Amino acid sequence: MATSFELNGKPTTLDADPTMPLLWAIRELAGLTGTKFGCGMALCGACTVHLDGKATRSCVMPLSAVAGRKVTTIEGLGTTPAKAVQAAWVKLQVPQCGYCQSGQIMSATALLESNPAPTDDDIDSAMSGNICRCATYSRIRAAIHAAADSIKA
Amino acid sequence: MSTKPLVAASSTRRAFLKGAGSAGAIALTIGFEWGGTARRAFAGSVTPIAGAAFVPNAFVRIDTDNRVTVIAKHVEMGQGAYTGIATVVAEELDADWSQVRVESAPADVKRYANLVFGMQGTGGSSAMANSWNQLREAGAKARAMLLAAAAKEWKVPVTELTVERGTVFHAGKKRQATFGALVATAATLPVPESAQLKDPKDFKLIGRQVPRVDAAAKSDGTAQFTIDVALPGMLVALLQRPPLFGATVKSFDSAGAAAVPGVVKVVQVPGGVAVVARSFWAAKQGRDALKIDWDDSKAEKRSSATLMAEYRHLADQPAPSARKDGDAVGAIKAAARTVSASYEFPYLAHAPMEPLDAVVKLNADSCEIWAGDQFQTIDQANAARTAGLQPQQVSIHTLYAGGSFGRRANVISDYIVEAVSIAKACGADGTPIKLQWTREDDIHGGLYRPMYFHKLEAGLNGKGELTGWRHVVVGQSIMADTAFAGMIKNGIDPTSVEGASTIGYAIPNIDVELSTTKTGVPVLWWRVVGSSHTIFAVEAFMDEVAHAAGQDTFAFRRKLLDGQPRMKAVLELVAEKAGWGIPLPPGKGRGIAVAEAFNTFVGQVAEVSVDKNGQVKVDRVVCAVDCGTPINPDIIAAQMEGGIGFGLGAILYGEITLKDGRVEQNNFNNYRVLRMNEMPKVEVHIVPSTAPPTGVGEPGVAPLGPAVANAIFAASGKRHYVMPFTKA
Repeated sequence: MATSFELNGKPTTLDADPTMPLLWAIRELAGLTGTKFGCGMALCGACTVHLDGKATRSCVMPLSAVAGRKVTTIEGLGTTPAKAVQAAWVKLQVPQCGYCQSGQIMSATALLESNPAPTDDDIDSAMSGNICRCATYSRIRAAIHAAADSIKA
Repeated sequence: MSTKPLVAASSTRRAFLKGAGSAGAIALTIGFEWGGTARRAFAGSVTPIAGAAFVPNAFVRIDTDNRVTVIAKHVEMGQGAYTGIATVVAEELDADWSQVRVESAPADVKRYANLVFGMQGTGGSSAMANSWNQLREAGAKARAMLLAAAAKEWKVPVTELTVERGTVFHAGKKRQATFGALVATAATLPVPESAQLKDPKDFKLIGRQVPRVDAAAKSDGTAQFTIDVALPGMLVALLQRPPLFGATVKSFDSAGAAAVPGVVKVVQVPGGVAVVARSFWAAKQGRDALKIDWDDSKAEKRSSATLMAEYRHLADQPAPSARKDGDAVGAIKAAARTVSASYEFPYLAHAPMEPLDAVVKLNADSCEIWAGDQFQTIDQANAARTAGLQPQQVSIHTLYAGGSFGRRANVISDYIVEAVSIAKACGADGTPIKLQWTREDDIHGGLYRPMYFHKLEAGLNGKGELTGWRHVVVGQSIMADTAFAGMIKNGIDPTSVEGASTIGYAIPNIDVELSTTKTGVPVLWWRVVGSSHTIFAVEAFMDEVAHAAGQDTFAFRRKLLDGQPRMKAVLELVAEKAGWGIPLPPGKGRGIAVAEAFNTFVGQVAEVSVDKNGQVKVDRVVCAVDCGTPINPDIIAAQMEGGIGFGLGAILYGEITLKDGRVEQNNFNNYRVLRMNEMPKVEVHIVPSTAPPTGVGEPGVAPLGPAVANAIFAASGKRHYVMPFTKA
């Protein structure tokens, strides 16, 4: 069955089992592998994408549920907050193994897009669903603050 | 499990475990044999090589377009190995950091052995320690050849030449040439016997904040992990493993699985039943539809609680000695005051963010593997044995690993062997097959940090001095029944007792014993190996002993460390930086702990808050580390931060339990790990040093648990004896 939606700004139709999680559709069918598989149960955030601008776990989102909607992956980031987040990630040398970082960046970008000056508590609530086994959390926090500051400046 | 020894005899247990110790002796006997054509990189994007390349040795290649490619023999799994390796080569080469890139080495033990292990692999925090001299030589020799090339082209003496940031200059800078411009001539020159290494005071990259080579690709989604490999015609396999360790397939019904659209094959392999499909989702649905009857007659059916009860009992039985100084039993008997405690540590899963995966392309006479491979030589041998090939017919493309913490360095190569066996069962027809584990597979998959029971007793004399120390460790051996079994000497697996048997405090009578247990649960090293439990026991107990002696816990330790200047220095530094002794408000407390692991010394002070309900929040951790020459201070800090977060998650929540042999945890919902809101503020202080560099990937984990436990006691009066803390 074909599902049509907007993927990174482009009209996209994927012909697949409508129950297939969006994660696997974008990874294996659309060939966009920046979004990662970590748990399959929306517990770790590695698969985070933006669905109509909101941070969403793609590993439990059936493909059929995104019909007609806008999906953005790490490959499609382009907004000012997104660029600020990615620049801060490099500047503060956030990644270690790097596997979770696409998801972290998607969550951080969604946070900054709705809240340009997040407090530590705001960061905790927005980011605690994203696990990093390398525990880069201090740098993620610092990078979100740095990104917010760079947008303001 | 394999019992065929794969490790060279020269790789003694101490050498294997202790990092730099023996590296110097065998360094430089390997390598510098690179004669073939340049190989493709599989970590990061692959770019074709322009023009002729200058390949002076196995670790560096310089192209005419001026790119310097450093060949990394160690996997990059987050610890910063690629950046560290490239930094050392670029330093001696005098390359400009912007021209440097990194490729992963192929599996080739002759050129790329870890000089500590005697085989190619990454672990024991040894990447920088084992290759320090080797990489410096590689860079310095390449530099010497580029200088010789310039001297030849310009007909001037080498002594009149200098190198700065990838450009060779003639005296007065009258003439200059980039490395790329000298490649053609340099490639015709002989490799020098030796080359002058830099005086550390002239280092321009080592010791500075060189940016990670992988940070950008890991911030825009382009970094290539095994899960991202997509080859033409590739199929995805999921393997149904037995529900109990040691069970096997009796019979199975594949009809339901085969009926799922996209499922191509259902095959039985030694590890279970695999569903091979055109997509992950089809393979997953197919696997869910399998009906398997298991033979569990030889399976481990005991519960972890039953095992722990047995361990407690064993702690009172005679056991082989791992260390005996004087007469600890006698000293404790004669002591004015005695202290005793016991500690329980659960099985722990590594749970790297990238669930285990491997891509295998198997033909009748070749096997190509893509993986975040941590143990190339062993994986090559195990893959060859599984496929019925020779090791040299197996090639490995080492990709970025999405974490490991020890899991991918396993002696039985479980995930690699599974992938090869599935490809074999599918006909070895060259169809690429990606074996993908799910998170549940990972949590259920065994090769855990072993469960341990520790029992300690100490004696104090009338002056409050520690006179006797007895430490009994009970638990499974990581090395037993594996290719590393030869490292067990006199019944002592060093990985079970390191940190306890190597205790550095000056105590006149020390007795450390090890009771090794056997269970059907497969076990493995987990970040910082033995010190993940022994240091907790030693440092939490030392705190208790200091309190019994009525002394400050920092001062008590400090007095016992006169013979350990580096340990003492990190203890003093961390105490100073943490403001040890400055009073904290009620409900808050500080705890201190120190550790030596893989020749790196780490001291940590944790500051915690405990509320009225006993809820613990770790507010701050101050860390001092002495890892010899700090190659990249920012990566050292990052590894300490990461080790602290990793260790904290484990002591607060981490446990794998078995009920009648069945693992009770499934995913991150009930195998809890640390999250953002629980991460303390971390401050890292690095001891300046010109000693050879030692590792930083693991040691930061070791003192965190006891530092936090000691801080909780200081804040609340409660001691934790059972891990994780949520339990008791």
